[in-house]
Amino acid sequence: MFDLYGRGWQMLEGGFVTIQLCLSVLPFMIIIGLLGASAKLSSFRVLRVIGESYTVIIRGIPELLVILLIYFGGTIAIQNLAEWLSGEETRVDIPAFWSGVAALALVQGAFASEVFRAAMQSIPVGQIEAATACGMTPRQIFLRIKLPQLWRFALPGLNNLFQVLIKDTALISVVGVEEIMRKAAIGAGTEKAPFTFYLVAMLMFLAFTTISLFVFNRLEKRAARGIARA
Amino acid sequence: MFEDFIYVLTKYDVWLWRGFLLTAQLLVISVAFGTVLAIPLAVARVSKKVSIQAVPFAFIYMFRGTPLIGQLFMMYYGVGQLVANIDGIQDHWTWTYLRDPYWYCLLTFVLNTAAYVAEIMRGGIQNVPGGEIEAARACGMTPFTTYRRIIFPRMWQMIWPAYTNDVIFTLKATSLASTVTLIELTGAARKIVARTALPYEAFISAGLIYLIIVYVLTLGFKMIERYLRRSEKRKDKLPGKIKPMGV
Repeated sequence: MFDLYGRGWQMLEGGFVTIQLCLSVLPFMIIIGLLGASAKLSSFRVLRVIGESYTVIIRGIPELLVILLIYFGGTIAIQNLAEWLSGEETRVDIPAFWSGVAALALVQGAFASEVFRAAMQSIPVGQIEAATACGMTPRQIFLRIKLPQLWRFALPGLNNLFQVLIKDTALISVVGVEEIMRKAAIGAGTEKAPFTFYLVAMLMFLAFTTISLFVFNRLEKRAARGIARA
Repeated sequence: MFEDFIYVLTKYDVWLWRGFLLTAQLLVISVAFGTVLAIPLAVARVSKKVSIQAVPFAFIYMFRGTPLIGQLFMMYYGVGQLVANIDGIQDHWTWTYLRDPYWYCLLTFVLNTAAYVAEIMRGGIQNVPGGEIEAARACGMTPFTTYRRIIFPRMWQMIWPAYTNDVIFTLKATSLASTVTLIELTGAARKIVARTALPYEAFISAGLIYLIIVYVLTLGFKMIERYLRRSEKRKDKLPGKIKPMGV
């Protein structure tokens, strides 16, 4: 049934790469998001300005442009760096996969930092004061009070972001990573059946976003299990 | 480093300008038609009848659940191929339009924007206080009048920040037109890179232009927001600003 001119497996492989892309971006996105949120809420003006300008700039630039910039520009930058370090002419290629991951982590990290900032601000001040009164260090407060609750407040936002992330991985096909869209384009070109192949690609994405929505809804319920009865 | 920037900006300014014009054109048309299309979708979406709700639900679900670049390829290559296979279409006078990526792009962007805006509007309509709608009914307003005079003005007030975000989202989405050979802003930057091999300069210049557009859009939308919320504003200021009568 899932034959597709003998290319069904190719599409499934593409789906696998898409999943790999999403899961590779996720940890970086969360780390950048947490760092960004801490910078925005920092008491140092410089850090706040850096954090704010990072989100404002990324928010205003198309993801595609960031992907292209990192793919084409990143190669040159790393090549220059390698030449400067080794002192001789070297040829460096960053794999398209990782340049794509870097670009998406940069983009999604900006949005994640907004989500985390909002989440941090929804933690009641009284709890922080109570923790301080108990003699906790800022590190302890972060690990024991803020982080466990951050998760609950940030989940709805992260749910949204992960949906966007799944859809944004399709853009990485532009630099030649063989995920779903790229595989579909190859199939569409060689078999002269674009409608079929793109339809299958769309259905695969729809399945992914639906599954992610379902999983996140379960997580949200789970994260709220202590609160739900209030 | 800066010489290269100046080189790109002076030598290829015409390309960037044309790219900007096409981007602006795609944005304005997509947002305008997308919003108009979103209104009936949103109204049908909040209907209590499942049969009426189902179609907009499926439409919104499909467009929000799949990547725009896929929708665009599906439309341009997929539907384009189906159209091209119609007998004798290639000799027909409409063929000039039917093979032009511009129209496929616009159609995709309009439908996509409509789906996203409809979802925002649904949230807005559902958040209009029930008492206001009941009051409108009690005053004898027809459902149509209720929508026109009560629900829509309230909805716009509530959804405006989200709507602003979505317009910026659409602006960024127009960059995808470059993947089907349209030379809008991103397309122009890619063309400059292909010609000069200066990726930083070209892409960052394009990025700056996008930032300027976003800045102007945000300012404009903020002003409209202030207008939409003019009634609330006054209420907020009442206790402090207005002097008691006769003083």
